[in-house]
Amino acid sequence: MVTTCDWRIALAGDAAVTIEFPARIDPCISERVVTLACGIRAARYPGVRDVVPGYHAATVYFEPTRTDLNLLWAALDQAAADPAPALATTRDVVVPVVYGGAGGPDLDDVAAFAGCTPEEVVRRHASVWYRVYMVGFLAGFPYMGSVDARIAMPRRETPRLAVPAGSVGIAGAQTGIYPMTAPGGWRLIGRAAVEPFDPDRDPPSLCRPGDRVRFEALAVEE
Amino acid sequence: MIHIEAPGLLTTIQDRGRWGSQDLGVPVAGPMDEVSHRFANLLVGNPPDRAALEITLVGPSLAFLAETTFAVTGACFELQLDASAISMGRVYRAARGSRLVFGRRGAGARAYLAVAGGIDVPPVLGSRSTDLASGLGGLGGRPIRAGDRLVVGRASGAPPSAGAAPVPFALPDGGARVRVLPGPERDRTAPGALELFTSAKFTIGTDSNRMGYRLNGPAVELADATPLLSGPTPVGTVQVPPSGQPILLMADRQTTGGYVRIATVISADLSVAGQLGPGDWIAFTPCEHREAVAALIGLEQQLRRIA
Repeated sequence: MVTTCDWRIALAGDAAVTIEFPARIDPCISERVVTLACGIRAARYPGVRDVVPGYHAATVYFEPTRTDLNLLWAALDQAAADPAPALATTRDVVVPVVYGGAGGPDLDDVAAFAGCTPEEVVRRHASVWYRVYMVGFLAGFPYMGSVDARIAMPRRETPRLAVPAGSVGIAGAQTGIYPMTAPGGWRLIGRAAVEPFDPDRDPPSLCRPGDRVRFEALAVEE
Repeated sequence: MIHIEAPGLLTTIQDRGRWGSQDLGVPVAGPMDEVSHRFANLLVGNPPDRAALEITLVGPSLAFLAETTFAVTGACFELQLDASAISMGRVYRAARGSRLVFGRRGAGARAYLAVAGGIDVPPVLGSRSTDLASGLGGLGGRPIRAGDRLVVGRASGAPPSAGAAPVPFALPDGGARVRVLPGPERDRTAPGALELFTSAKFTIGTDSNRMGYRLNGPAVELADATPLLSGPTPVGTVQVPPSGQPILLMADRQTTGGYVRIATVISADLSVAGQLGPGDWIAFTPCEHREAVAALIGLEQQLRRIA
């Protein structure tokens, strides 16, 4: 089999190296990123401090004076050419949500945007498995997709100063959960009944890159 | 045990940072000036990963409730131990009940107080560093307050270094020039914008903090402002939002970001950047990867000579 080389390895400063696949939101590309990140983490290269998957790139943070960069570079190239999916440890996660009411102040706006009832928004949001593409912005904040095109309302023009912890939101084709109170512009449609992030739990983050997540409606409030 | 009488402006517990959990969105945190942090640990005979206090602009007053070996490094402060003046960058043994008072500040923005054995708080995800944005680590993820009592860990028994050691780098007084490597999206800048960036002097905005410095100065124009898929944000990244006002990402930065990354400050110069405060100037000089690594090796050798 001939593997087309569609990746690029580049330094990001002197203490991080990124391996980039084509820049698009695509479950196949995300799968390659997650698999590669798991493989590099499992290999425990001396000097490597962190391996961070993103939508289309994995970044390896290392200590420059303790790391053989040539070795790491070659390993990344090899891992991209010959992925080892067995190393990935992704899971299926079900997140119970109370939609609407005080925890979902934008549910009616999303319904108006979609031209349907709030119940239909909930049905569409909670009926599919989402892929966790990345965890970032806040500790334990999952960037998930893809949201049904009809309810994929863009972010608010003016972000809220304080989005409460547990809020479930939509930003275009993405959906996510705020693990802690923070400023944010996502359309809030509900409140999760589980802690998205708890440093004393193992793993601390409910959702990890590569996981599959489905929402389950506990209730839809007015 | 250390009793905090007055906390100073922003005093946090920091070890080398919370590495290994960025894939879960957990920021690294850690010291703004890693070299001075390491220097302080070295002086008191600690391994480099022990937690120390990072002191910002205005220092604390505190009392040692047991005999304690300590040293203060980084930004130049007038220091008094039981009302007699003592020096930065030197090891002292405080008697039980001694008071340490930070006075006027000279060059630099952040000082480090290390004690033999380190500050002992429960590690969170493998680190004692305070992450203010996530509210993790240190004392409940918050800055030190008056009345706090800090537990001192067991000393490793390594003999503290004697006498005054030379400071590993020159503290910036009013501003500094740092070296940068090209950033991943440098090609998205408008023609001439990168040259402008490396020839201009920027001022660190008053709304800067441990997450990042807002840089006031000429706008860095982008040729291509189409949104990026969020990517990694190493410490020292200079990112440019559509407004054109660059932001230099520091210790408490988020793990990912979607702004155009035009440059990255080299590891060897991060500590100098970490010693800048609001109102100070900063300028950026292009450099090559080989020079960046050589500078870091030089810094390590200097630190090793102190040990």
